[in-house]
Amino acid sequence: MRKLLLGNEAVARGAYEAGVTVSSAYPGTPSTEISEYIATYDEIYAEWAPNEKVAAEVAFGASLGGARSICAMKHVGLNVAADPLFTASYTGVNGGLVICVADDMGMHSSQNEQDSRHYAKSSKTLMLEPADSADCKNFVKLAYELSEEFDTPVLLRLSTRVSHSRSMTEVSERENIPVKEYKKDIAKYVMMPAMARGRHVFVEKRIENLKKWAEETEINRVIPCDALLGYEESGMSASGGEGLKLAGGKIGVISAGIAYQYAKEALGGKASYLKLGCVYPLPEKKIRDFVNSVDICYVIEELDPVIEDFCKTLGLKVIGKEKFSLLGEYTAEMIAKVVLGKEREVYETAKDVPQRPPVMCAGCPHRGLFYVLKQLKLNVMGDIGCYTLGALPPLSAMDTTLCMGAGIGMAHGMEKASGLLARKTVAVIGDSTFLHSGVTSLMNIVYNKGTSAVIILDNSITGMTGHQDNPATGKTLKGEATYQVNLEKLCEAVGVSRVIVADPFDLEKMREVIKTETEAAEPSVIIARRPCKLLNINYEERYDISAEKCKNCGICMNLGCPAISRPQGKAVIDNGACVGCGLCYRVCKFGAINEISGKKGGN
Amino acid sequence: MAVNILIVGVGGQGTLLASKIIGGAAIETGCDVKVSEVHGMSQRGGSVVTYVRYSKEDVASPIIERGEADIILAFELLEAYRSISYLKKGGRLIIGTQEIAPMPVITGAAKYPEDILSKLKEAGINACAIDAMALAKKAGSEKAANVVMIGKMAAESEIDKEIWVNVIKQTVKPKFAEMNVNAFLLGYEA
Ligand code: SF4
Ligand code: SF4
Repeated sequence: MRKLLLGNEAVARGAYEAGVTVSSAYPGTPSTEISEYIATYDEIYAEWAPNEKVAAEVAFGASLGGARSICAMKHVGLNVAADPLFTASYTGVNGGLVICVADDMGMHSSQNEQDSRHYAKSSKTLMLEPADSADCKNFVKLAYELSEEFDTPVLLRLSTRVSHSRSMTEVSERENIPVKEYKKDIAKYVMMPAMARGRHVFVEKRIENLKKWAEETEINRVIPCDALLGYEESGMSASGGEGLKLAGGKIGVISAGIAYQYAKEALGGKASYLKLGCVYPLPEKKIRDFVNSVDICYVIEELDPVIEDFCKTLGLKVIGKEKFSLLGEYTAEMIAKVVLGKEREVYETAKDVPQRPPVMCAGCPHRGLFYVLKQLKLNVMGDIGCYTLGALPPLSAMDTTLCMGAGIGMAHGMEKASGLLARKTVAVIGDSTFLHSGVTSLMNIVYNKGTSAVIILDNSITGMTGHQDNPATGKTLKGEATYQVNLEKLCEAVGVSRVIVADPFDLEKMREVIKTETEAAEPSVIIARRPCKLLNINYEERYDISAEKCKNCGICMNLGCPAISRPQGKAVIDNGACVGCGLCYRVCKFGAINEISGKKGGN
Repeated sequence: MAVNILIVGVGGQGTLLASKIIGGAAIETGCDVKVSEVHGMSQRGGSVVTYVRYSKEDVASPIIERGEADIILAFELLEAYRSISYLKKGGRLIIGTQEIAPMPVITGAAKYPEDILSKLKEAGINACAIDAMALAKKAGSEKAANVVMIGKMAAESEIDKEIWVNVIKQTVKPKFAEMNVNAFLLGYEA
């Protein structure tokens, strides 16, 4: 049966059909739905781990235990999981092991746009790259066969557009793959120098074998052009691009993943393609033969020139980054312009279109805290989550965002740079991020006699990625009740004696607590606790601004609530957007904001 | 040639559901379909763009680029205005007239442009506007404004009304099926 599947859904389907029984992951856009779809299959044990390193280790352990296992993460998650990856490459597997890594070209929801293919090369791990949902499913199934045949973990490289696009995919039955027997084998699994030396020899041999496979496999395939087209026949202008200077010449394109689709869209049957399904190791002979079969060859790949550099080390003449950007996502338009010299006619976008950046939801629990932080003019070492939006106007109350868990370590570093800074600096971090990689930095502060104040924004969920559970929510990925990490006790256990819980909407108290704790010459943790508005939190009241009482001071506007605007002078609340959290009511000094009874109608 | 439908709106306005319905209807006509969605950060009240492409032949890219959309379904006025460079020359722009002020407008750093509809007409764009929120409310919930918009578009499409209605019934939760079908019909007749 053919179905319209999301790329991530197709990856999950592939895992299901391949007989996978264990999945572990940490959510991260654009990879999150892989694990959510996997969790819908009863046959697969699926969990959220506290971070990607743990997830990879769980999946690796399951592989050793004989199961086919999977883990999924975003590109920056692989930085966290890189440590187990590099050595799992040495040990190899027992049951097949697939690690999905989703790159975010164009940074739709990320702090950088690193190219994960470098990890495949440096860890000497086979990497496949699908170009649509059908590929996703098929490549995952193939990856398990290869993993077991070549004794290697397999990386599956995804991208935002492959992960989050739907395309037609043939679905079939689940294979019955029995869990293999676990055999102790210290030469293979205990990577101390003597054994690791032996395994390194194996890894190099494995890569040689995989290179041979890459020459043969159908997933690296040539798609020939429709006919030999010169520029006259193709009807392009004589001012055409590079490819057209050779009238009657043959255009070749080497590509992989989503970039292949853009190239196909732009050039259709005018070019021949070498579509690479395996991006590491690359097939030397196949590439050489392809380049020699065309008159001009483009390498079209988003981000880094990985395939291009390989071609150039082979002495092949290809055109790549001198014509195509190192930045962001590609488009068929830009490819058509470079290769065919084709320009498009479009309606001009008007100059007066304001930006629409993302904002914290109306009723977001974080808003109160950032309002106070701004008032206190503190240096705020930030982190990654919905609350990163607190950096934008009008709240403008975050100084840094680096990586998951970084804020706490950075606050400590600030203090060591200048003792004075400690009194003016706080770290803010979400509950999920704190458990991901903040708790170790908190331990570091205590151990090394730091005095930083750390604020944990406990909204009881992993918000930004779309509301996933974590060890502090009391629920598993499968929706079962479980032990709930007690953040207070955890912080006390690492040696923080000043742990204070406060409501971020109790602005007075929050202000006092933050002042006291930043002044304290001891480490402290403030847990700002209030659940995410999107967790079925229903406030009874609704609010309205009295035009008479409003003095137009603009204080409520500093909250950055999307429900409050000032279309004609005075502030008004959009009754349809207000969720009744009452924060604006708390900040208005003139009593102009009033409760109006009853919930909004219509919904 | 593929039919390209771009859906633009503000995070939380239901563009994902809309693309699911349109994609579902296109499959029923035996077409190859690609849909591309937005998840993650922009879902928090930012501009969101969703793409649906379908064709009797294979569809390559899941993305609709500048100058390529046959139809733009805009759930918000400013987003309609923002999206016009994506419209094919002579393409159709269907606009829900809801206005949602973006943060730079709220903070006073920018102004919500005035007379967007007449500016679009001046630019020679084949646009029509519909108060989808009001019609959705009539059907039972403002949340169904996205389905009203689909109704408006469906009335101009080559895909049969029955196909649309069936796909809507299959796509939404059973208890909201009737309300959504009503919303669709109100849009269809608008
Ligand atoms: S999803 Fe929750 S935590 Fe994130 S901005 Fe909205 S209310 Fe705040
Ligand atoms: S009560 Fe005030 S701050 Fe809260 S959602 Fe409504 S308008 Fe926004």
